Amino acid sequence: MTRILMKGNEAIGAAAIKAGCRYFFGYPITPQNELPEFMSKEMPKVDGVYVQAESEVAAINMVYGAAGTGARVMTSSSSPGIALKQEGITYIAGAELPCVIVNISRGGPGLGGIQPSQADYFQSTRGGGNGDYRLLVYAPASLQEAVDLVIEAFDAADYYRNPVMVIGDGMIGQMMEPVEFREPATKRELPTKDWATTGTNSSRKPNIINSLALDPEELEKHNIKLDKKYKEMEEKEVRYEMYKMEDAEVVMVAYGTTARIAKNAVDALEKEGIKVGLIRPITLWPFPYKAFKEIPATAKALLSVEMSMGQMIDDVKIANEGRLPVEFYGRAGGMIPTPEAIAAKVKDILGGAK
Amino acid sequence: MTVVFEKTQGLTDKQFHYCPGCTHGVIHRLVAEVLEELGVIGKTVGVAPVGCSVLAYDYFNCDMHEASHGRAPAVATGIKRVLPEHVVFTYQGDGDLASIGTAEIIHAAHRSEKFTTIFVNNAIYGMTGGQMAPTTLIGQKTTTSQEGRKQELTGMPLRISEMMATIDGAVFVERVSVHDVPHIRKAKKAIKKAFEIQLEGKGFGIVEVLSTCPTNWGITPVDSLKWLEENMIPYYPLGNFRTPEEGK
Repeated sequence: MTRILMKGNEAIGAAAIKAGCRYFFGYPITPQNELPEFMSKEMPKVDGVYVQAESEVAAINMVYGAAGTGARVMTSSSSPGIALKQEGITYIAGAELPCVIVNISRGGPGLGGIQPSQADYFQSTRGGGNGDYRLLVYAPASLQEAVDLVIEAFDAADYYRNPVMVIGDGMIGQMMEPVEFREPATKRELPTKDWATTGTNSSRKPNIINSLALDPEELEKHNIKLDKKYKEMEEKEVRYEMYKMEDAEVVMVAYGTTARIAKNAVDALEKEGIKVGLIRPITLWPFPYKAFKEIPATAKALLSVEMSMGQMIDDVKIANEGRLPVEFYGRAGGMIPTPEAIAAKVKDILGGAK
Repeated sequence: MTVVFEKTQGLTDKQFHYCPGCTHGVIHRLVAEVLEELGVIGKTVGVAPVGCSVLAYDYFNCDMHEASHGRAPAVATGIKRVLPEHVVFTYQGDGDLASIGTAEIIHAAHRSEKFTTIFVNNAIYGMTGGQMAPTTLIGQKTTTSQEGRKQELTGMPLRISEMMATIDGAVFVERVSVHDVPHIRKAKKAIKKAFEIQLEGKGFGIVEVLSTCPTNWGITPVDSLKWLEENMIPYYPLGNFRTPEEGK
């Protein structure tokens, strides 16, 4: 299989088409613009549809409509645009429809900036929409992983009848790396979409796509049903990478491109004789709490490294269950941490340079 | 016994929840009869709004999709783009379409999405208990304009059909009323025309239907029909605002 050098946003689009996505509803926002641009060019070539919506709100509701017909459908945006999509996302989750949402995230709050950021951790994992719902959230650290996870995301969405989010900071969208398009790692038995609004053909009862349940007993039943699904995701979908955990004195936790920078710090410190490990969550939700059970007894502290003022650190603390001190190092607003600064923080935690 | 009248196949047997004298039921029936007459019930997907007709998905005997408030035209866009050979319609009230959903309806029309919108205008928010809508008439009392709507505070009532007629993509725009039998017949004709235009692939069509809300207007059903005729029609004139030229 040949590898192709591609820009992240375009590679993600190509992966979606490879996965059978034929409907894309977008709206311009930096730094994800190459993705809708790519889709506008490529979708007609595969008899697919690209619609530039009037807003992110409309785009996600177009996704809602298209997903209701059983089609494989995707939208993408960046942080403030994802905020606008939250209404649609909770409806899609409530109505149990599959779709894929890509967030190439940037600094916030508000209009924020256009440089890479991981300040949407809460937005992705705690919802921004109302009600008890969860998204499966993938956070790739390379373009190959982004491509693999986008392809996987469509299957996971169909399997669970749930929206799946792929979140990459602006670097994932903007950088170029070689990628190859492969079959998904997990083979899933996908259910038939007998719930889809494809017309009754006067041969069955009408299908209704809906998230309204005025009867509280009925709504609670629906909540319990959804929760069962989320529990299944927690059981089966957790993904993470462990890096140089053996005899680690400090265990760093980082995801996305920040994890790659953190790895550089791990390697540099190793050369100085300081043993540091890394837990890299690949699914932000469900969070890999179980990875923390494998932390060696040598560990003196945890260090959450993020491109934010500290969001994932909440999950690190939950996972830690009060056992070790939890430290934080982060850069925000589009500033990117350096391996040197991360290494300095580790030395600081260990009580100065060895 | 000879059967002289049968309920349309376009409606389910579910009992309407609408208040006595509300004309939603009449409008539902007109839409359903048109779907039946055109023989398209089996290939129709309807989109229900948020508002009094939120439960429309239980009443129309075709596949239905319940949208969020005002977003029905975006949802319908998604459906129709996947199923271009199907019939797709939205059924929306004036709070849904003329207030929170203005962006979605304008741009669905602007893209000339090939679906049909039934816009039910009763000049008030019904389901939430009678608040002022953009379509509420000057002087009309609502729970949020208790001394009557004042132009200097809230502007003049929004005329959606006239606005739609300025958009090239809205190929069929007509305002009708259901306050008496002759007008109900005309309303059905317009609704049928709008669906036929969709079937011909000509573009976006909207039928604005003036409707009553006796409960929140605080008058009897009979007086409501009269109030609609005497107060709404002078401000919201009936008629066709745009229709595709024959043969095009």
